[in-house]
Amino acid sequence: MFASCADPNSLEGLSWLLCYLTSGSHIAFYWSFLTVLVLLAVTAPAALAFGFAGAVAARSPVWPLSIAGRTYTAMVRGIPDIVFFLFFVIALDQGVEWLVHQVRCPDWTERVRQGLEFRVCPAAKVPAGNAPQIWHQIYGFALAVVTFAIVFGAFVSNVLTGAMNAVPKAQLETAESYGMSHGQVFRRILVPQMWIYALPGLSNLWMILIKATPLLFLLGVQDIVYWARELGGTKTSLYAYPHPDWRLYYFLALLVFYLGMTRVSEIVLGRLTRRLSFGQATAAGEAQRKAAT
Amino acid sequence: MSCIDTIADYGLRSLGLGERLLPRTDFTLCQQFTLIGSGMIWNIYFGVLALAAGFFLANALAVAKAAPSPIVRKPAEWFIFLFRGSPLFIQFFIAYEALVMLPRAGIDLWGITVETAWLTRAWAGALIVLFFNTAAYSAEIFHGALMAIPRGDLEAADAYGLSGWKKFRRIQWPTMLRLAWPAYTNEAIFLFHATTLVFFSGFPAFQQRGDALYYANYFADKTFNPFVPYPIVAFYFICLTLLVIWLFGLMNRRLTRHVPQARRPRLRVRPQIIR
Repeated sequence: MFASCADPNSLEGLSWLLCYLTSGSHIAFYWSFLTVLVLLAVTAPAALAFGFAGAVAARSPVWPLSIAGRTYTAMVRGIPDIVFFLFFVIALDQGVEWLVHQVRCPDWTERVRQGLEFRVCPAAKVPAGNAPQIWHQIYGFALAVVTFAIVFGAFVSNVLTGAMNAVPKAQLETAESYGMSHGQVFRRILVPQMWIYALPGLSNLWMILIKATPLLFLLGVQDIVYWARELGGTKTSLYAYPHPDWRLYYFLALLVFYLGMTRVSEIVLGRLTRRLSFGQATAAGEAQRKAAT
Repeated sequence: MSCIDTIADYGLRSLGLGERLLPRTDFTLCQQFTLIGSGMIWNIYFGVLALAAGFFLANALAVAKAAPSPIVRKPAEWFIFLFRGSPLFIQFFIAYEALVMLPRAGIDLWGITVETAWLTRAWAGALIVLFFNTAAYSAEIFHGALMAIPRGDLEAADAYGLSGWKKFRRIQWPTMLRLAWPAYTNEAIFLFHATTLVFFSGFPAFQQRGDALYYANYFADKTFNPFVPYPIVAFYFICLTLLVIWLFGLMNRRLTRHVPQARRPRLRVRPQIIR
């Protein structure tokens, strides 16, 4: 990065460290922090959408929908989610390839699942075999996001179902007596009112989501854990910057990153809770009202 | 080879007993069930020991966090924040790397050489991490319960002349445990689920002695078919979860046996996800 870094062997002390920390692979390491933040930024709304759909389906008067919603919520309980993570990624990958296979190669005669192997026609490989490396990475990342969204969506759905039930019935009945239809009651009363009841559960889930991001590594995405292991491992003199096993320090840096993330989230969520409690029929809202008068 | 033979060969495979070589081809359902089940021994081992030991540390931490003196309170608060604020996954990595750095030959303490090699093995190293982790999470639960003890109970204790250790032992601790029990049940389930991370992060499986997920992953990799081994793991874990709920339910009944039937809190189980 800097001109003075051209010959690492001649460097010493701080200037060596500066050049070491700005080497190409370290820049990739810093970018991978962005990968984690992007994953959080994409997964959180996606999981919220999945969860909202699940919660609405579970409340639906149409019983197949309600069964589907409840099954979705119950699905993730009692099973370690890491099992889901490992399972869904392969299952989604194979599912996508199988669908593309059905569309693109209708006259393919061989069986897709031959004993121990999963074989689709070459045109159905996703992404295409000759695609550049970046597409493979993006595809892997997208699979990870969908997996996270499905698993966390089930938990969000659980929380939102509880929150919808917690909205005081009298408010809904009042709205109905004013002549609102079911849809209107849902849109104008239930959904705006439920967030304060959902917030403790949702903030808990957000914390868990932050702490689940290292699992990206297990899904084969080149995330911070991958780079920390890669960069921290012993480098012999074949490398430009030889050093002993420094993985411990890299992982300590990750630890600090995560502790910082949780601390900032705690503060922000605390403020949000105060904001949302305003004027609500809850203990916190009551306390705010008393303090104001 | 019948299924009984398979169980005899592979039933204790995860402990290093029985047949050494894992099956390479022609995987049968029986083999998958047996090997994954044998891996469950490790999950149960980690879960039970970490919970049992963590319970005591959690009590101490909860009381320390509730202490008025900052010298006692601050370390407890920091410990809890450290282990609750970071991913278990990273904790495993750090613990492994830190334990590997200990001198190979052992540490010389006043003429006695303390062996350190065993600490880098999963059975000890991962257990320590899980122990600290569950202690931190449980301590937060217990601290919350300690803060939620009805004021009337404490006033009644004062009125009866109970104070200090006796008040804690007779009034505060049992009430805290009763209030915390439903949440603590979740924590226990949660911990058992977390044991699946041991062989996936940091600690290598020594001589293929892995846990349930390790073997499930082996089968999924070999057969390219996730639809058999992972549901088997899920099945085992659902059984384990039900067992934990039943056992903790028994304890809950004992803790609440003096409470009128109608007001008795039901055990509401809400297992969570990875920590």
